[in-house]
Formats: sequence, structure tokens, C-alpha cells
Amino acid sequence: MAVPKLTVNVRTAAPGAAVIEIHGEVTAASENALMSAHEQATDSGARLVVLDFSGLEYMNSGGIGMLVTLLVRAQRRQQRLAAIGLSDHYRQIFELTRLDEAIALHADEASALTAA
Amino acid sequence: MSDETSAERVVEAGQAAPATQVDEAAASITPRDAGNWAAKVDRLSVADEVSGFGYNVAGRRVAGPHQGFGRLWQRTYSVDLGSAVGPQELVADWRAHFGDFWPKGGVFHGALTGIEPGAVAPLEVGGGRGPKLATGVLVLYADDESFTFMTPEGHMFASMITFSGEEADGATTARIRILLRTSDPLFELGWPIMKRAEDTFWSGTLRNLAASHGVDDVHVQEESECLDRQRLWKNWRNVWHNAGIRSAWHIVTAPFRSQKSATGA
Repeated sequence: MAVPKLTVNVRTAAPGAAVIEIHGEVTAASENALMSAHEQATDSGARLVVLDFSGLEYMNSGGIGMLVTLLVRAQRRQQRLAAIGLSDHYRQIFELTRLDEAIALHADEASALTAA
Repeated sequence: MSDETSAERVVEAGQAAPATQVDEAAASITPRDAGNWAAKVDRLSVADEVSGFGYNVAGRRVAGPHQGFGRLWQRTYSVDLGSAVGPQELVADWRAHFGDFWPKGGVFHGALTGIEPGAVAPLEVGGGRGPKLATGVLVLYADDESFTFMTPEGHMFASMITFSGEEADGATTARIRILLRTSDPLFELGWPIMKRAEDTFWSGTLRNLAASHGVDDVHVQEESECLDRQRLWKNWRNVWHNAGIRSAWHIVTAPFRSQKSATGA
């Protein structure tokens, strides 16, 4: 069993908006950590969940697949997902996979909250 | 929610670095997965040597599960290969001879150089000697232990398909994991049949892969989970790209195309 090399931190950025700060590697092995973080954000009443990828060091296709399932979970709960802090490399992956059509990409937290 | 207030609160709390700092820092780092991903393309193009099979692929965009129509499924096929082969050797072989492991009924027109990120491979599927449905895949990602395909618009499934070799307790497992929605309402109608065809096809692939490493009589474990029962009706227009309809049209109109090229029209 692969050991997840990911740490996540959940915080409330504004009423109804939570930020999940992602540090390390996003792979299929990080599913539990990320889904727990999403649960925590949901429990806080978030209608907008902002994924902060500033600390993202590595992502493989298992990680992208996991983001697809996270997206479905969020949509089921009438939440919107946004992403911030993506490097050019990861932004291109979001665009290539067309995840950017479902997860709004923003330059920073302020613009993600403003767009909400 | 007051957007302005929210933004101010974040800055006041000192919890977010200024955007420019974040952008500069992020852009200056090249992650170690950089060479594993396909370069960004808006529309797919097919290499000249296989362009004859790529008429349902060239010019299309890729379509992930969120661009599909039907329910979202995660389907997993795995086989235990024991100590016959390590994960990296397995994946290297799988990447080099991908189409060779396909059962009868499918033809993979991949590059001779094997599976590489960014490659676009046309493929044909269909039972027997009858007409086949032409579609293809983009190699989205490939590393030493896994590789992932993404399907183009019009393919039966809007999907990501990951092939991996995984090691646990000294044994290697070959795994195929598919995250999919059928692409359009017509394919969704055919899902009960396609589902069985998928099971047969991928189980056959894993048996062939196992046999090539000297492991016979394997049991292929199959798991299927519905992750989202909702159908995405906003995407019903995907039927315009339906590769089944377009393949049939391509076959029916073939004599006219031949005539046209013979007369130089």
C-alpha cells in the first residue's frame, strides 16, 4: 500500500467558503486525506470549496482521477469547486483534461471568493 | 456572501500570500511529473501513417467523465501475477506492446515506439468480421508504473483509463481502472450490452498480459461502482460526434469516396 505524501489543511475563508490547502503529492493514494478534508469543509457549511494547490509538488493521473470523483461529490452537495495556486504546468493539465470547465481556476484566493 | 469582505478578511488574517508571489514561485519550479504528461492540445491530431483510421479522432477534443452523459462508473479489473514480473518491468512491456495484448475484436493503431505521453492512437472495436467502430485515445500520462488514456469526443465513453502495475507483499498486480460515463444518450441505451463487452475485453487483455509473463489460468477480479447516478442531460448533444453513427456513415459512403478520388474530383 502506497504511503500518501500529502498533507491538507482546511480553513474557513469566509462565510460559506472553505479553503483546502494541499501540500505534497496528489495521487490515488491521497484519496482518504482529500476526501476527509472535503467532509470537513462540508461540515463547516461551505458552498464554495477552494482547492489551494500552491504547495502541490507532484500529481499523477490517479490524482486527476481523484479530483474527478471529488468534483462529483461536491456537485452532489450543491457545492462549487475552485482551484488556486496552480503553476503553469498544472494549469495546463487542468486545461488539457478539461477539468477547468468544471473547476473554476483563479489566480488567488481573493479572486476565487470574489467570483463566488 | 460578501465577496469584498471575504477577500479583505483573508488578507487581513495574513493567511494568503500575494498572488504575484505565489505565481512567480509556482512558475519557477519544474515538477518531476512534467515529462509524464501530454502537452496541452486543444484538438487532437493523428499521425500520417495511421490517419486512415483516425477519421473520428482528428480535430476532436478529449472528453473526460465530466463531459460525458451517462452515469459515472468506476470499473476496475485486476489480476495477481505473483512474483513473475515486477511492476516496472510489467508496465514497460505493456507500454511497448499494448495492442498485442488486446483480444480479438479490437485493433489498436498505436505508434511502433509504444505508449508515450501525448501520442494519439486510433483504434477499432467491434465483434466478429463485421464493420468496426473507429475511435481512438490520447495518452494523457505515462510513467514507470502506470499510463492513462483519455478518450476523444464521440468515443463510446467519456473516460480516463489507467493501466498500472502495483506491488504488495512481493506480488505484482496488473490493474485497469476506468472512470467513465457513456458519451451520449444512444451509447447510454447500449450500456447494458457494452458493459458486458467491456468486461470480456479487459479481462481478456489481462489474461493475455499474464500469459505473456508465463502466468496462466489467472482469475481476473472485477469491481464496478456507480459513483454518480445522475445523467448529465446538458451533454446530450454529444450524440453529434457519436463514433458509431459516424463510423457507419464512413463505411456506407466509402464507395463514393473511392469513385471521387479515382476521377480526381
